[in-house]
Amino acid sequence: MESIIQIDQLTKRFPVGAGEFTALKDIRLEFQKGEFTGFVGPSGSGKTTLLNIIGSLDTPTEGEVTVLGQSIAHLTHKQSAKLRNQHLGFIFQTYNLFPVYTVYENVEFALLLQHMPAAERHKAVLDALEWVGLTDKIKSRPDQLSGGEGQRVAIARAMVKRPAIMLADEPTANLDSKNSHHILQTMVRLNQELKTTFLFATHDEKVMGYLRRIISLEDGRVVKDEALAPQGQAGA
Amino acid sequence: MLAIKLAFKNILGAGFRTILNISVLSFAFVVIIFYNGVLEGWNQQARRDTIEWEIGQGQLWHPDYDPLDFFSYQDAHAPLPEAVQAEVAAGQLTPILLTQASAFPQGRMQGVILKGIDPKQPILKIPTALLADQDGQTPALIGKRMAHAIKAKEGDQLLVRWRDKNGTFDALEVTISGIFDSNVPTIDAGQIWLPLERLQQMLSMPGEATYLVAREGFVPANAAPWVFKGQDFLLADLDTIIQSKKGASGIMYGLLLIIALLAIFDTQVLSIFRRQKEIGTYIALGMTRWQVVGIFTVEGATYSILAILLGALYGTPLLWYLAKVGWAMPSASQDMGISIAEKIYPVFGFGLILGTILLVVLSATVVSFLPARKIAKINPTDALKGKIQ
Ligand SMILES: Nc1ncnc2c1ncn2[C@@H]1O[C@H](COP(=O)(O)OP(=O)(O)O)[C@@H](O)[C@H]1O
Ligand SMILES: [Mg+2]
Repeated sequence: MESIIQIDQLTKRFPVGAGEFTALKDIRLEFQKGEFTGFVGPSGSGKTTLLNIIGSLDTPTEGEVTVLGQSIAHLTHKQSAKLRNQHLGFIFQTYNLFPVYTVYENVEFALLLQHMPAAERHKAVLDALEWVGLTDKIKSRPDQLSGGEGQRVAIARAMVKRPAIMLADEPTANLDSKNSHHILQTMVRLNQELKTTFLFATHDEKVMGYLRRIISLEDGRVVKDEALAPQGQAGA
Repeated sequence: MLAIKLAFKNILGAGFRTILNISVLSFAFVVIIFYNGVLEGWNQQARRDTIEWEIGQGQLWHPDYDPLDFFSYQDAHAPLPEAVQAEVAAGQLTPILLTQASAFPQGRMQGVILKGIDPKQPILKIPTALLADQDGQTPALIGKRMAHAIKAKEGDQLLVRWRDKNGTFDALEVTISGIFDSNVPTIDAGQIWLPLERLQQMLSMPGEATYLVAREGFVPANAAPWVFKGQDFLLADLDTIIQSKKGASGIMYGLLLIIALLAIFDTQVLSIFRRQKEIGTYIALGMTRWQVVGIFTVEGATYSILAILLGALYGTPLLWYLAKVGWAMPSASQDMGISIAEKIYPVFGFGLILGTILLVVLSATVVSFLPARKIAKINPTDALKGKIQ
């Protein structure tokens, strides 16, 4: 097993009016390569905040968060951009596809940022679209896709660079049950085939059914951290 | 490269606003080129005409001569300086003698300047051949403005009165032997051209002149106390007027450009506000904030590129046509005291076009950058939530 994320005494406070609001309090967690883990808890419990800090989109107020050996608090903008570009994939509740780009171009985007050579890039994009079963929608634009298809494109866009860690914030919240299961199965498969670590923020029961580790948050604290084994061993 | 591609896609996707921004900016672009082209055409025409009709390659002035001070005319005459006699004989310089006088068209009295010039002079475009001897009569040449002012036509007699060297009044009927059409008012309005020798005789100033006009190739030698005035000096008034015209029209198309730039600025502000999630997503995908600033800046600059392409599309045939058929100047501008043709042929030089392209692209880039700069300070998590004000 290989530890890829370490969180030690993480506290996150936001300035609110004249005072402060503590969104995360004294979090201590560690994640191994290949985990399929979710942060669950009611709305406002701090799931998104935690995911954003792991994703280097935000910084800790106190404590240490280390992702792939890099201390999030000490990264420059440039370094954190590079970390995200090369090693982290994001999936959002609202998909956040670029509306003026085709499906192909949306997926290609991250690779263009990496200056990957054209031939290699082309193959990677087709592979990624194949993973999510959308090779027939290459030329479509986001507004021509159904919700389930949109989120699958978002998964392909996040996965195309084969990141070490995928961060999915409420990925099923806008999807019906059938599409939710479809994309969850896709993510389980990618987790197994590519050994990508998946971290979810969710309060969707359907997602929980697929998780192998559930970390419960309440008011910014970890109240429960349980390993499950519905589909084989965690970190296999 | 990525930014440019993205910019094109984004602004083409923006529909009506894009069309509006591009149209207004392209209009400003074409108008700037048009105005400057007309002024340049005017400038070139006015310089050419003034050189051909009035100043030649420069003038050698009697030390007391000041064209703006009529009272100086009385003393500003002398025999030709020794040093330039040879050039005068060779036709490299032509002497002109002038004096204040009065004319009496239709019984009214009017102040005029009498100018004596060699009928055989080869330097100025004034048709002085019409001053050749006409059996005993005194031929006189006037311009169309003067002819209009005194209601004279060819063949008319005109009474003129002057004082000679000794202050004695004398008078004579001259015959209008020709009316010339020149765009240069300073050799026309209020002036009567006479044969040089005749005027010298009238004034009792044989062999004298007030100034000499140089022909191409003339090398000013020291003829002190006479002073040589080069073209730059003699065209300075013209340059000043053209410059002031440039300033005035600059304000006008500057306003147009500012309107176009404001539209882009406004579009940028709105677009940054509306596309927060997109901005957050760019950053999540691994762009730095400054790269995102770059995307939005390039997007604004792309408006200018499209505006220039559009402007070129309709501006090229339009301006080409104007350069060919000319642009009629309003008649009010005819009385400005400097050369102006009834029709100006605009000149659209390479430098003008390139300079205008640069101006449009740079200014559009700057107004796009100003609002986009804000992105560098945003919090990506707020942007992803759409929480930026
Ligand atoms: N930028 C912020 N400023 C102030 N409060 C914030 C900010 N971001 C999150 N919060 C607060 O922190 C708490 C946790 O938010 P969040 O992590 O989004 O919760 P969850 O994703 O579990 O619903 C909420 O009460 C939220 O209002
Ligand atoms: Mg949340």
